[in-house]
Amino acid sequence: MLFTVLSGLITSSLIVPFGRFLKTKWGFILAFLPILLFLYYIKLVIPISQGSYFVQSTTWVPSLGINLDFKLDGLSLLFTLLITGIGACIFFYANAYLKGHKYIDRFFGYLCLFMSAMLGLVLSDNMLLLFIFWELTSISSFFLIGFNNDNADSRKSAMTALSITGLGGFFLLAGFILMGNIAGTYNITELMGKVALIQQHPLFPLIFGLVALGAITKSAQFPFHFWLPGAMKAPTPVSAYLHSATMVKAGIYLLARFSPILGGNPIWTYSLMIIGGITMLYAAFHSLFRTDLKGVLAYSTISALGILVFLLGLGSKEAVIAASVFILVHALYKAALFLITGIIDHETGTRDLTVLRGLRKVLAPVAIAGFLAALSSAGIPLTFGFIGKDLIYDATLQSDSQLFFYLTAAAVLTNIFLVSAGFMAGIKPFAGKLPEQFAHVHLPYKSMWIPPLLLAVLGVIFGCIPGLIGDWIAGPTANSILAQQEVFHLKIWHGFNLILLLSAITIVVGTLVFISNKPSVKKLAWIATFDKISPEHIIKVCVQEIVLFSAFFTNKMHNGYLRSYLLKIILFAELLIGYQLYLGGPLHIKWETLSPVSFYEVTTVCILIGAIVLTIRTSSRLTAVVATSVVGYAICLIFVFYSAPDLAMTQFTIDTLTVVLFVLVLFKLPSFLNLANRRTIIRDAVVAIIFGSMLSMVALRVLHEPTTTNISKFYGDYAYVLAKGKNVVNVLLVDFRGFDTMFEIVVLSIAALGVYSLLKLRLKSSDKE
Amino acid sequence: MELILVLLIGILYAAGIYLILRRSMVKLLLGIMLLGNGTNILIFLLGNIVKGKPPIIGPDLKVFTDIYADPIPQALILTAIVISFGLTSFAIVLLKRVYALLGTDDLDNLNTPEEEDI
Amino acid sequence: MNSTILQTATRYLLPILLLFSVFLLLRGHYYPGGGFVGGLVASIAFVLHSFAFGPQNTMKLIQYKPLSLIPIGLGIAAVNMFLPTFFGYPVMTGLWLEEKIPVIGMIGTALFFDLGVYFVVIGVVLTILFTIALNTEEE
Repeated sequence: MLFTVLSGLITSSLIVPFGRFLKTKWGFILAFLPILLFLYYIKLVIPISQGSYFVQSTTWVPSLGINLDFKLDGLSLLFTLLITGIGACIFFYANAYLKGHKYIDRFFGYLCLFMSAMLGLVLSDNMLLLFIFWELTSISSFFLIGFNNDNADSRKSAMTALSITGLGGFFLLAGFILMGNIAGTYNITELMGKVALIQQHPLFPLIFGLVALGAITKSAQFPFHFWLPGAMKAPTPVSAYLHSATMVKAGIYLLARFSPILGGNPIWTYSLMIIGGITMLYAAFHSLFRTDLKGVLAYSTISALGILVFLLGLGSKEAVIAASVFILVHALYKAALFLITGIIDHETGTRDLTVLRGLRKVLAPVAIAGFLAALSSAGIPLTFGFIGKDLIYDATLQSDSQLFFYLTAAAVLTNIFLVSAGFMAGIKPFAGKLPEQFAHVHLPYKSMWIPPLLLAVLGVIFGCIPGLIGDWIAGPTANSILAQQEVFHLKIWHGFNLILLLSAITIVVGTLVFISNKPSVKKLAWIATFDKISPEHIIKVCVQEIVLFSAFFTNKMHNGYLRSYLLKIILFAELLIGYQLYLGGPLHIKWETLSPVSFYEVTTVCILIGAIVLTIRTSSRLTAVVATSVVGYAICLIFVFYSAPDLAMTQFTIDTLTVVLFVLVLFKLPSFLNLANRRTIIRDAVVAIIFGSMLSMVALRVLHEPTTTNISKFYGDYAYVLAKGKNVVNVLLVDFRGFDTMFEIVVLSIAALGVYSLLKLRLKSSDKE
Repeated sequence: MELILVLLIGILYAAGIYLILRRSMVKLLLGIMLLGNGTNILIFLLGNIVKGKPPIIGPDLKVFTDIYADPIPQALILTAIVISFGLTSFAIVLLKRVYALLGTDDLDNLNTPEEEDI
Repeated sequence: MNSTILQTATRYLLPILLLFSVFLLLRGHYYPGGGFVGGLVASIAFVLHSFAFGPQNTMKLIQYKPLSLIPIGLGIAAVNMFLPTFFGYPVMTGLWLEEKIPVIGMIGTALFFDLGVYFVVIGVVLTILFTIALNTEEE
């Protein structure tokens, strides 16, 4: 399994040196990678359907609990098949779609990366590993949405998508870490055994909220749905692959994967049902007003994702099997519809539903594919969509007795809109009379129209053999979501019952809506008037406000005056130190431990203070420099008094050299100008005195802390025994802490080189002049 | 004596802070030097100052038999002094270059250097 | 500065100061002193010389660019750092000769490490000062 995950990453990096190869006619060979992976996984269908699963584990960062744990069960298998199967279609399709594009190598690099990340995501059995792949999918999606990076809209959409999904990923990580800390493990299989521990923990609502936020941002649920229509700026194969079939289902996958762990309680059920319910209705309704084909598909995708979240929230046996089937149903027909849209866009140059008509005459196989996909999406009997919708109605009808009516009504209403949306995307462009302007349109490469046709036909075939799909794929998936072993039988015909009636109503009303609803620019404009209260607008306004505020704040704080920065830093430091001093209580001075004062020392300190005052007060530079050096020499004397001969010598020599330096450079400069007014001087003086007195208090406090002398004692005891030196300071420098000294002389050398180059550089530039 | 040193630390810090809040670059530099000195003494003080007992083992001994000054702060300060020389010299040269380019010592004039000066 | 007294005094002071710096370096392990102080005293000796005779003459006296002392010093220090690894010890383990040598005392890697420090300090100080001094003179 690890290899299948890595294969895409490896391919992706191989594209860097061999990318040019993709631009030749042999480029389609790359599509054999997903095909091989698909074949690898399809042969695991039978063992998985018999209830076994595969585990592979490699240690990576054991200390943090991050291991390369992979597990393949029913749920993972469904997703791996979708990723690799639809991936194969997309690879073929994109190769033709982007033929001759300048950056086709880049495109496939991202696509391979994405495929790997997605495979890793659905195979991970470790939460942190899952998170890494989760973020990888966000990043590759960012690159793919912004693939046409010369387009400002494209870039903006990519940023929106990245910020929304990235934000969600951040929440997800927090939720995972909380969960991992509570359970003591990051392994998902192990977590299944600690359900009670997690669910009874007081932080459980927070954990659930964080994980759910991750899922609903990724799966474009209300109110974070708006990044998905924006993401339609990506090339159509990307929309088909990432933004309908796989990546946006990662959130669904996450919820499904964690439903045995976090599910089965009211918080889970109601929040997911409400979010899913709002999303499915809201998006399905919106899809009626789009004139852009991709817009219709984007909103119907959001709606379908809403249905899935809704079903997972419901969490009953029927709901889960319905979700498992619907994932597959939706992936098949929606990917097909997207690919068809891509063909139409590619050949006619427009996606405007108000213009497109009668294309069946020029794009016959595509029209067949569109027709079949639309039928499946509408849930006409004998298509896979019919099975899916049946199961959804079954799930809502059998739910909680008080709510079942409302739930069913919501599901029916959503499906009515979706029928219309499916017809709009799959039938409308092909029906009617072919306008003059599209007469020259011709069929594209085979590798472009075969994939959607294949997917659409599969939708019908699966619809005819639901039993097989139920036993092999949907059943095991539902079992892994429910964490139990059940037997599911999917049937085409249930007899005449309420479900069938609902299905019939859905189809009829949906068709009526489709016929009566003519997408027009006017309606689009009408719905756009509600944009002001849409979540997208609200979030955008918030972001704008934050940007404005930070600009204001930055301009205020970073005004370009060094002293104002310093003043702020110092004031803040004073605040912190002051607070800490206040916490420490009153100061005590232990007089008996203090050392006696002698005349010399007092004199020295007096000279010192005098020199400091002179440094501040003088208006002559030279006096200031000399006064500073007097400070240095006086400190040197203090070192002499208090048994630090090495320090005294160093201080003395350094001080001498510093004065020499200053004199060499500064003797030509004019005397100080008094630039500050009285008020500033007083303000600065007050700040400075406060800081100084605080530091004094800190020193006093520390003075009476009991000092631990273990380290000093160690050095004292071993200086001669181990390092054969008697001057402990020197032994410290060259032996015990030799590394520090080494780096210190390196730093000194860098300073010298800096000085040298600064001045030499100057000489050179003046030579030029 | 500790109290005097404590007072001295306060004065050194206050003076240093006051100087770095000035507009003149030279004063800024002097302020940094004073702050450095203040910090050195602070560290020195924390190691419990002892008079006349340098951390040097006697000629015939292998370990200390008496109280002695703490060698660790001394080693730290020694390093700090030498490094501060590197810092000061680099800063001085920087200052010199800025002065040569702009003809001013005023930090406020550094905000918008003319294109050709850079 | 063309002071005869200073020039004459410097002529005698330079070797004495240099000798003193070496003395400080060598005895650093037992008494106050060491590479840093030794290097600084040696630099002061040259600075004094440059005051008396001008930096150009001092450069002539040294013959080499002081900048070249920096890599030499760093090299010596680094070699001493890694020398113990050749004998199977961890980096920076002190290695010592068995016998004492008169005047200097024990000889070991620490002493050579200090020698590296000594050279680096001389190199750094002289580079900085002479670069500035020569630069100022040119202006």
